[in-house]
Amino acid sequence: MKDETIICRCEDVTWGEIRQALEKGYTTLDEIKRITRAGMGRCQGKTCRRIILREIAKFCHKDIEEVAMSTFRPPTKPVKLGTLAGDDDD
Amino acid sequence: MIKRADIVIIGGGVQGCSIAYNLAKKGAKNIVILEKNTCASGSSGRCGAGIRQQFGTKMNCMLARESMKTFETLSEELDYDIELNRAGYLILAYTEKEINQFKKNVLLEQSLDIDAKMVTPEEAKEIVSCLNLEGIIGGTFCSTDGNVNPLYTTFAYAEAAQRLGAKYYPFTEVTEIKTEDGRILSVITNKGEILTSIVVDAAGGYSGPVGKMAGVDIPVYSQRHQILVTEPIEPLWKPMLMSFSENYYFQQLPDGGILGGFGDPEHEIKGDNINSTWQFSRTMAKKMVKLVPILNEVHMVRQWAGLYNMSPDSQPILGEHPKLKGFYMSLGFSGHGFMLAPTTGKLIAELILDGKTSIPIDKLDIGRFKRGELIIEPSVV
Repeated sequence: MKDETIICRCEDVTWGEIRQALEKGYTTLDEIKRITRAGMGRCQGKTCRRIILREIAKFCHKDIEEVAMSTFRPPTKPVKLGTLAGDDDD
Repeated sequence: MIKRADIVIIGGGVQGCSIAYNLAKKGAKNIVILEKNTCASGSSGRCGAGIRQQFGTKMNCMLARESMKTFETLSEELDYDIELNRAGYLILAYTEKEINQFKKNVLLEQSLDIDAKMVTPEEAKEIVSCLNLEGIIGGTFCSTDGNVNPLYTTFAYAEAAQRLGAKYYPFTEVTEIKTEDGRILSVITNKGEILTSIVVDAAGGYSGPVGKMAGVDIPVYSQRHQILVTEPIEPLWKPMLMSFSENYYFQQLPDGGILGGFGDPEHEIKGDNINSTWQFSRTMAKKMVKLVPILNEVHMVRQWAGLYNMSPDSQPILGEHPKLKGFYMSLGFSGHGFMLAPTTGKLIAELILDGKTSIPIDKLDIGRFKRGELIIEPSVV
């Protein structure tokens, strides 16, 4: 993979940035997310999360199942503040 | 795993990392940071990113003012861009009582060379043109307040501390602190035992339980606070918008996302639960849309929660425990710990190495609660 390849399209994070974080010793999805912002954008990591997991596994010589997933946070899809604010139905 | 250390810091958040960096900078050796998860996984990385100097007590104003001075040059000092954004804080008042308190605050702040001033509703609208002034009768503004990236700041301190020789152990959980005759013998972790005579409790939301491990009772509790963030949008306004009586804070960050929350001490659960609730996002959305109606069309993309570590007077507890030699506390920050960390980290380092501090913090000792000398901070969300 080329350093310029975009991994997280929402936050414009390249493979080069993720590779550098891995080489610094940050080998969890959480740390990579906090340092590079990958997965923090509009789609909340729906695209990049699996790619980064795969690359962490490769870098650490582990199976992908052994790499810890980061927390899935609500909402599943972006919601308008106006919709949330107008929702009085308990 | 290291077997012996001069100083063991429990908690790899911004307090622990700032203390480690400042200790190492002053020449201390064999410093260890123990983090049960990873760097900035706790409250430091979950905070609202704001840094302000507008407080109601002299102590908080001074600590915050010194922190702001440090933040100004911190990217350079730590060789890591922490994204300092001097966006200001606009604190809005809805009641006469609040205006009177703000007048006192501003006098205090100005006497300490903090550039805060009272503003009328019209002046508030000049600063933030998209404001709905309904219910607002005034406020205060400090242009030198702002925000930084709390994740980058914590990593910056952690990396700088390590460059100066400190050791950072992630996934290392303290399970026991051995003491004898009022002294510390060692710290036991899930990865082994470290002999040491000095321990710093900088465990944030978990600092009370860490105290218990050392056999000392610390009058703090943790409580969940929630935050949401929107998709990035075009720049709409600069300062943090905050109200104590209407209970909200939110701001647009440099990347365009709008981030904020509110305090709910009555309903929010105590303890270490950091799950998110839909009740929070609904109430927060209402507050945001009311104050800035244009946000109606903006999407929320994420919400999360972190822990406030509350002390009886909403002020940090700093210093050595009177009954356990070598047990230093940097905890109980009650929701404004991140912004104070540059200063408190420096002061704790001074206290450990020199036995005295460049800003007097003896009034923030744990003994104040027994003496009944509480320092009540009126200005917290």
